Amino acid sequence: MSQQTIAPDGEQAPPQPPPRARGRAGDSSPARSFSRGFLVKLALVAIVNALALYGLLTAISVQQWALAASMVVAIVAVNWAYFSRRALAAKYLLPGLAFLFVYVIFTACYTAYVAFTNYGDGHNSTKQDAIEAILAQNEQRVEGSQAYPLAVVSQDGELGFAVVRDGQAEVGTAEQPLEPADGATVEGDRVTALPGWDVLDFAAVAGQQDAIVALRVPVSDEAADGSLRTQDASTAYVYESVLEYDAAADTMTDTSTGVVYTPDDHGSFRADDGTALTPGWKVTVGFENFTRAFTDERLRGPFVEVFLWTFAFALLSVLTTFVLGLFLAVVFNDPRVRGRKVLRSLLILPYAFPAFLSALVWKGMLNESSGFVNEVLLRGADVGWLTDPWLAKGSIIAVNLWLGFPYMFLVCTGALQSIPGDVLESARMDGASAWRVQRSIVLPLLMVSVAPLLVASFAFNFNNFALIYMLTGGGPNFVGTPVVVGHTDILISMVYSVAFESGLKQYGFASALSILIFIVVGAISWWGFRRTRRLEEL
Amino acid sequence: MATQTTDQRPTKAATTRKRREGTTGARWWREVSWRYLVALVMIAICVLPLLYVLSAALNPGGRLVGSNDLFGTVAADNFAELADRGFWGWLRNSLVVCTVTAIGTVLMGAAAAYAFSRFRFRGREKGLTGLLLAQMFPQTLAFVAIFLLLLTLADVFPALGLDSLLGLICVYLGGALGVNTFLMYGFFNTVPRELDEAAKIDGATHAQIFWTIILRLVSPILAVVGLLSFISSFGDFLIAKVVLQHQENWTVAVGLYTLAADERTAPWGVFAAGAVVAAVPIVLLFLFLQKYIVGGLTAGSVKG
Repeated sequence: MSQQTIAPDGEQAPPQPPPRARGRAGDSSPARSFSRGFLVKLALVAIVNALALYGLLTAISVQQWALAASMVVAIVAVNWAYFSRRALAAKYLLPGLAFLFVYVIFTACYTAYVAFTNYGDGHNSTKQDAIEAILAQNEQRVEGSQAYPLAVVSQDGELGFAVVRDGQAEVGTAEQPLEPADGATVEGDRVTALPGWDVLDFAAVAGQQDAIVALRVPVSDEAADGSLRTQDASTAYVYESVLEYDAAADTMTDTSTGVVYTPDDHGSFRADDGTALTPGWKVTVGFENFTRAFTDERLRGPFVEVFLWTFAFALLSVLTTFVLGLFLAVVFNDPRVRGRKVLRSLLILPYAFPAFLSALVWKGMLNESSGFVNEVLLRGADVGWLTDPWLAKGSIIAVNLWLGFPYMFLVCTGALQSIPGDVLESARMDGASAWRVQRSIVLPLLMVSVAPLLVASFAFNFNNFALIYMLTGGGPNFVGTPVVVGHTDILISMVYSVAFESGLKQYGFASALSILIFIVVGAISWWGFRRTRRLEEL
Repeated sequence: MATQTTDQRPTKAATTRKRREGTTGARWWREVSWRYLVALVMIAICVLPLLYVLSAALNPGGRLVGSNDLFGTVAADNFAELADRGFWGWLRNSLVVCTVTAIGTVLMGAAAAYAFSRFRFRGREKGLTGLLLAQMFPQTLAFVAIFLLLLTLADVFPALGLDSLLGLICVYLGGALGVNTFLMYGFFNTVPRELDEAAKIDGATHAQIFWTIILRLVSPILAVVGLLSFISSFGDFLIAKVVLQHQENWTVAVGLYTLAADERTAPWGVFAAGAVVAAVPIVLLFLFLQKYIVGGLTAGSVKG
């Protein structure tokens, strides 16, 4: 089958006539004939162009330059492919390739890039953003500053403040610093109406109290000028940051204590005593993420255990499912067993049932106190199938065996049937025992077709996130580690935990672990590839 | 292969008959009976958990405790409660996502396979190898980057960003080439070229040949690829969990996980009912089409 797929183009393919000589191509320019297909194409390309153009403009407005550049590339590629007469193959390849580039190749490269940064909670953005955020977060009411009678206003659900400052009515929101409000009605020293805005009444204010107290409206574009805040929704005060950023020296100074914070090479402002201001910004940290799992004292032990268990899990998964699947295939390959079709349908039920559901069902059945296994099968025993580290590992292997043996059973049954009967016949005539025939003839022949699948199965189980996450959630957890990891976590579930579930989200570290997994799985797949080729040559 | 089987069939059938007649009494007991015993044990192991789910789904008790009495009480309460949990919305999301993904995968994979099979262009060989290489880095490993990418896209195209079904579909479509192209490429090569040559002489354009001739002739492989794509995106949990954030946007996999997540408080009966509703169509589809799926499996996706 695999030979069939690759071989034929050499012999079967008559040379393709060059595009220019194609039939009546010369006189049937699509632009002149306007066939239905051409109109459909025109409409589709127009839609793509419009979307990409919209994307380009939006990307420029939010300053996503990489995205803007990719939009330009997309527009050029699409129009070239569908209006050029030479790009015949590109017309068919482009849609698939576009998705492949964005969602596979780009994400793979981006993973590699993030792995070298400290991207994560607290280090999400640029240094400029971090400075503004630090200044905003450390604001205090300026002592003795003027009180402004306040009107809380809203526009399309966005809250804002309106005040009268220096005789001029001004309005602003969290995003938009204070600016003169034209046409405002001022009664006394308070704004009572504002065109385009709703002035909130008492009930509306009471309903959004938390949001109003949290709101800060910058006084101007300069973060150092401070912002307006309110405690009671009727009076606003100017708050200014206790920190001061010195652009020339690139330092932060705490005006109340005099402590000076200087930027360190990990994207944070840090004082001499080691305290850092949050948030920081994203910087490249080199191979730190890759070595961290080996150098961090609290992480090393659990990490090594996770690493070994991932291998053990993947290997045992392949081994157990293959052995059981092969055994059953051999047992039921006997023509004297009747009803083999029905039997096969029943045996592949676990494979047909969606895997994530099976894992959840087993989680319930293996529950320590009220699961089916303990309650009914073991008559009320108290076995911690999923809570004891070793039992949990055993349970995972067992459940994966339940999930996976039907696949191996199907594959082996197919492979057994393709072994020529005369070979077996002649072996038997030569006096080989049944066991000997299995071991010396059936198994080697079987391996030729099954070995690549075993390698693929290993690679799949190495990343079998759903099973682990659904069945044990990685638990029981290790104590005292800086990320949440457990005894049954495999590398991929550890990546998930590091990226999304460990309090502090550490995308850089998670990506580095992803790359590590990729290297391991890639190397093994490559090795398997070479080995299976050698098997085929035998 | 085909000629071999036709040659052998009569003799094989004859030996089978002979063996069946020949193996009786003690020999049957010794050589065959234990195979039925193995079958019995294995069927029990395979079916028991599924019976348990069905029983829990029909048990109105609701919690994990008390779901162990197989078919003790039978009522449809849990199925009725599915609506309150938002299950039908998840199912609809799953069906939409998986159907669109399957159709997109088939169309894009078929188009690429057509190009590789019928056109000779610069970089064709390298393109095929490149596809194989790109497939080496599985999307499941890149979920952090996918999350960050969709986070950024949300600023420009909210419809393609985080928490959007369309965004999830696009991520799944990223894997549309890859394995599927190889599967289809082999099949496309078995369609005789004389057919498109003849059509070309009659004045058909390459688009007409693709849509009206090739796609009809390769429809079996299209069905297999579409089905495999549907089943695999239906079963995906990791990427769906990363992309979809709000309850109303969840797929079945993410939604049912949350129902069963905490054993002590989980509405176990409702979960089981949802599992039955979600799994039964897939299982039936699988059993109905097993011989096609098995062919596709050995060439592509793996579980277990």
